[in-house]
Amino acid sequence: MIAQTHDEKLAAFLEKIDNGGKIEADDWMPDDYRTQLIKLISMHGMSEIMGALPEKEWVPKAPTLRRKLAIMAKVQDEMGHGQLLLRVAEDLMAPLGKTREDMLNDLFTGRLKFHNVFHMEAPTWADAGVIGWLVDGAAIITQTMSLDTSYAPYSRALHRICAEEKFHAQHGESIVLALAEGTEQQRRMLQDAVTRWWPALLMFFGPPEGGKISSNQQMNMRYKIRSQTNEELRQVFFDKYVPRIFHLGLTLPDPTIRYDEAAGQWIYQQPDWDEFKQIVSGHGPRSVQRLDLRKLSYQQAQWVRDALLNNTQQAI
Amino acid sequence: MNTDQKALQELLFQLADDDFILAYRGSEWLGLAPHIEEDVAFSSMSQDTMGHAVMFYEMLEELGAGTADDLAQLRKPQDFRNAVLVERPNGTGHYMEQPNYDWAYAVARTYLYELFKWVRLEALMSSSYQPLVQISRKMMTELRYHLMHWQTWTKHLAGGGQESRDRLQAAIAQVCQDIEGLFSFGPHADAIVAAGLIADASTLKARWLEKASDALAKNGLALPDAFPAPSHDGRAGEHTEQLADVLNTLSEVYRLDPAAAW
Ligand SMILES: [Fe+2]
Ligand SMILES: [Fe+2]
Repeated sequence: MIAQTHDEKLAAFLEKIDNGGKIEADDWMPDDYRTQLIKLISMHGMSEIMGALPEKEWVPKAPTLRRKLAIMAKVQDEMGHGQLLLRVAEDLMAPLGKTREDMLNDLFTGRLKFHNVFHMEAPTWADAGVIGWLVDGAAIITQTMSLDTSYAPYSRALHRICAEEKFHAQHGESIVLALAEGTEQQRRMLQDAVTRWWPALLMFFGPPEGGKISSNQQMNMRYKIRSQTNEELRQVFFDKYVPRIFHLGLTLPDPTIRYDEAAGQWIYQQPDWDEFKQIVSGHGPRSVQRLDLRKLSYQQAQWVRDALLNNTQQAI
Repeated sequence: MNTDQKALQELLFQLADDDFILAYRGSEWLGLAPHIEEDVAFSSMSQDTMGHAVMFYEMLEELGAGTADDLAQLRKPQDFRNAVLVERPNGTGHYMEQPNYDWAYAVARTYLYELFKWVRLEALMSSSYQPLVQISRKMMTELRYHLMHWQTWTKHLAGGGQESRDRLQAAIAQVCQDIEGLFSFGPHADAIVAAGLIADASTLKARWLEKASDALAKNGLALPDAFPAPSHDGRAGEHTEQLADVLNTLSEVYRLDPAAAW
């Protein structure tokens, strides 16, 4: 075979993804495609792992035996998603000589970010319900968009993850419904949690583009890594959840929110996007505590990693 | 309640509480295990163990002892019949703040306890109480995987160099401080055995000793020569302060309103 130039390879690559073709880990890919994927998938993977922590706070305390079993299974799934995604990211990083250890170190130094929602406090059992119902609900919306991503290993992982996320949203909804139909105290707990999580849920989709799509997003769309904008996804979330929230007799901390028939979209109050930047850069209410938890468990397991390494070396 | 009924309930509380409290300790580890793969595996096993506890509490519920949730979450520490070994903390600190958890202790405790559980379930296969016979078989299929898992960890830690070997051996010694507590059926032991519910405790201990010594010997490890008398007899409702902490935490939400639907 005649050696192709970089431009020829790129042209073939683009033609392939434009025709709906999928890229595998060992296929040729442009460097910036690889970099974008690593960034996206390692952030998604770490968010799953860091996302286990707020709910984990409620695992030992879940109110009934049935809920105890269900939330343990749910949080275990999240760790499993993290594992699946880190493996996809590891394969992409391998040619660059990077490993999972590098990803963890990037997390600890703040270079690798995780979703804003997992920096927030979860002070009551109702928060565990709202996380399952609305945070997982929001995640389903962003992940569904990426199911058809051009990178096949990510697409496969997402198919598995999305199937489980649907159970998570049901699990969360079941907790929320029990509280909504419950006592005065339970309803109050639920309302407080919804009010508390609302701005974080809006932020989850990222800042609105206002017609100016960032070069980053443009690249991801060109490479068929994503297909919808932040604002489009947020609108899908509103479509699905605002009516349900009102149906339960709950209120939102945004008196202006309404569906504008003429514009065909929801009008709502923007959250504080400066605060969003603060949160994702590690200055959220629980950022330090959760990162410390992960760091501490990582440091404490150093001797275990050493022991496992000694085993493999002996085997060679 | 006649003697036989009392004996049956006492035994069921021992079975339920052992698994329930150990699964709680396992759930505290969630998110903190040495690596992500282990987090997933350990959590899955803790769910099995919690699931077994639920089955035992439900058997008690059928016998009219109260609802499974009330039994698990509203009894006082002195009403719990678990061995003290399972209530020992995972290390120092709280699961949300500064958890200094000891993985070697987790491996040693879970492995040695689950070997005991295997022996106990095996004995329950010939119980005079039919529901226990059926349930044991089901639980043993799951437990088989747990034992393989902990055997692998034992092998890796024993063969992972001096430090890890020392840590594991020290953890085994620590677990053995409490091990006698497992081999007690408590104040109703005679009635439990007389009713044919299970073989006597010394028989279980002999079987466990053989299994545990073999499992450790394969990896160049050993049990201590003698086990001290237990500091507290959990089967008689004697517990450490840690159990009160555990119960406060695990029932924190339920106690807000036990009559509410959660
Ligand atoms: Fe997930
Ligand atoms: Fe989820």
